[in-house]
Amino acid sequence: MQLNRDRYTGWGRVLSAAGGRARPEKARMLDGAPLGPAMGQRRAYGDAALKSAGPALDMTRLDRMLAFDPDTGVLEAEAGVKLSDILTAFAPKGWRPAVLPGTGFATLGGAIAADVHGKNHHEAGTFGAQVLSIRLIGSDGTARDVSETTEPEVFRATLGGMGLTGVILSAKIRLAPCPSGFVDVDEWRIGSLAAYLEAFEASDAPFSVGWIDATAKGPALGRGVFEEARVSNRAPAFAPVAKSRNIPITPPGFVLSGPVVRAFNAAYFRRIPSAGQRRTRPLASFFHPLDGLTNWNRLYGKKGFHQFQCVLPPDSAAMTIDTMLRRIADSGLAAPLAVLKKMGAGRSGPMSFPMAGYTLAVDFPNRGGAEALINTLIDQTVEAGGRIYLAKDSLATPAQIDAMYPELPDFRALVRRLDPEGLFETDLSARLNLRGAS
Amino acid sequence: MSETWIILGASSAMARALARSLAADGHELLLCGRDADDLARDAADLRLRGAALAEVMAFDTRDPDSFAPIIARAEAAGGVVNVAVFAGSMPPQEAVESDPALLDGVVTDNFAAAARFLLHIAPLMESRGAGSVVGVGSVAGDRGRIGNYVYGAAKAGFHTFLSGHRNRMARKGVHVMTVKPGFVDTAMTWGLEGMFLVASPSDVARDIRKGLRKKRNVIYTPIFWTLIMLIIRMIPERIFKKLQI
Repeated sequence: MQLNRDRYTGWGRVLSAAGGRARPEKARMLDGAPLGPAMGQRRAYGDAALKSAGPALDMTRLDRMLAFDPDTGVLEAEAGVKLSDILTAFAPKGWRPAVLPGTGFATLGGAIAADVHGKNHHEAGTFGAQVLSIRLIGSDGTARDVSETTEPEVFRATLGGMGLTGVILSAKIRLAPCPSGFVDVDEWRIGSLAAYLEAFEASDAPFSVGWIDATAKGPALGRGVFEEARVSNRAPAFAPVAKSRNIPITPPGFVLSGPVVRAFNAAYFRRIPSAGQRRTRPLASFFHPLDGLTNWNRLYGKKGFHQFQCVLPPDSAAMTIDTMLRRIADSGLAAPLAVLKKMGAGRSGPMSFPMAGYTLAVDFPNRGGAEALINTLIDQTVEAGGRIYLAKDSLATPAQIDAMYPELPDFRALVRRLDPEGLFETDLSARLNLRGAS
Repeated sequence: MSETWIILGASSAMARALARSLAADGHELLLCGRDADDLARDAADLRLRGAALAEVMAFDTRDPDSFAPIIARAEAAGGVVNVAVFAGSMPPQEAVESDPALLDGVVTDNFAAAARFLLHIAPLMESRGAGSVVGVGSVAGDRGRIGNYVYGAAKAGFHTFLSGHRNRMARKGVHVMTVKPGFVDTAMTWGLEGMFLVASPSDVARDIRKGLRKKRNVIYTPIFWTLIMLIIRMIPERIFKKLQI
């Protein structure tokens, strides 16, 4: 099958690869394709969806929904289907994916491989919790159905396994009932980190998330906008999807320079009336606020950007986040996108990211000092007993990952057994030694 | 109001994108092509995306016997019948030059089979007094280029056929639209060198729907190809024959 030799990047556009990509458009074309790791829309920020040393499989054209049972809510679909397509097709029928990450452009296969979480993680757990079975192509090239009953160890390792156990061809997932196409969103300003954590502890809403001004210093440190939401019972059942806009060019880097970001963040903070506000918003725009602007990653300029995302256990979270925010604000490197969220304990596989506590995610344009700063933040995460998210990472070292993922030795042994020759190795797994020295 | 759409070459990425757009509006789709197993997956997908009906029918450009059952099925459906032709093939020009016998297949796949099908179904469409034909040609059919002129010639033949067919069918209320895509991100162009300004199949599908709403006769998609091809068509032959484009 024809390989595309063009250089391709992760979402952050810092790391890239040119190992060739095959892109089957029919299920049968997989037979003629070289076996390599699968990738979807490449919404992982770093090198999770890159392979420099050989061919990879682009699954985006195997994106069909195959069967749905309205009695059980079980949907079977090919791995390349975008979560936003599932939402668009099923919201009018009263269903939605139970877990939706911040972008609807993520594919079903990618959502499984990264065991993604959403604004309802504290209630619903991760994406993997809704996965019933996975059709997985192993290193021998044949496909089999893997589930908690057939091969529990392989099944769990595939949930959050970053594609290292094989090619996810299709999967069965259980959709959640969704009585409305809208959510009622309450938003209010938060003045400090302490107030932030209190708001999360006090919230009983199924969906909650906080935007944080990572440029604020001194008394304003930790300020932001808290957002909680409930499925609406005041609005119609369904809303048509708004048309998206595109960023057609890569703007110069100064667009996100320090002063611009500080001014933007201050305005964004004041956009919310001091008394707070309630709005009713369509599901898609609530779950995927940035998807209305396709290719927004280009805003960071040619050099791209990094995202740092950590989760910290409850006892160390407050103090660690405070130190991290000081460091980030002092660096002057932060971008407008910074998110704080309370996490539950739910995780589906040994390499899944979440743990009970708080998760902080901050974007950094790829400028001088960003890498050193992120490395310090990763070290701090290790010290605090937390971990970083492999789907976002492009800078961690194997030693740091070893310390954060205690089940990694077992995962390595399993992956080497399933794929002794490393066909499904990615740039991420090579950099972090996720397969272990063979 | 739900209408019947016959989609020839339904496995192609552009056809799939158009079918999804039509499904979202609740139309009835006949997916015609060779790979029945794979088309069955598309049919299931299109039903979940809102198609009132999505059925797979065997269609092979090289087997004219496969045409009649499709036409009979559309006739049985009643109501407005539309046809969208995506079937085509593009062997490398060098392959055809070393084996000229390949030319027959190129002409059949890109022109003769579709034209024959459209002639067969014309009386049915005329009798219904409404409906559309979407004929997907190519910018390659506007000018014979050194790198791709056998394919281009077949597409040019199809364009001329569609022009005449438009003239005939318009008298009975049937609209015929010629679609000339530039480079589209499909299996045909994946990994080829020298691709630029590549459009996504869903962009093409959106342009087709828009063209149909506006009853356009010939569209280039994406729209900037209108200008590119205007310029390319204006280059005199004595200069064009020396160019490597």
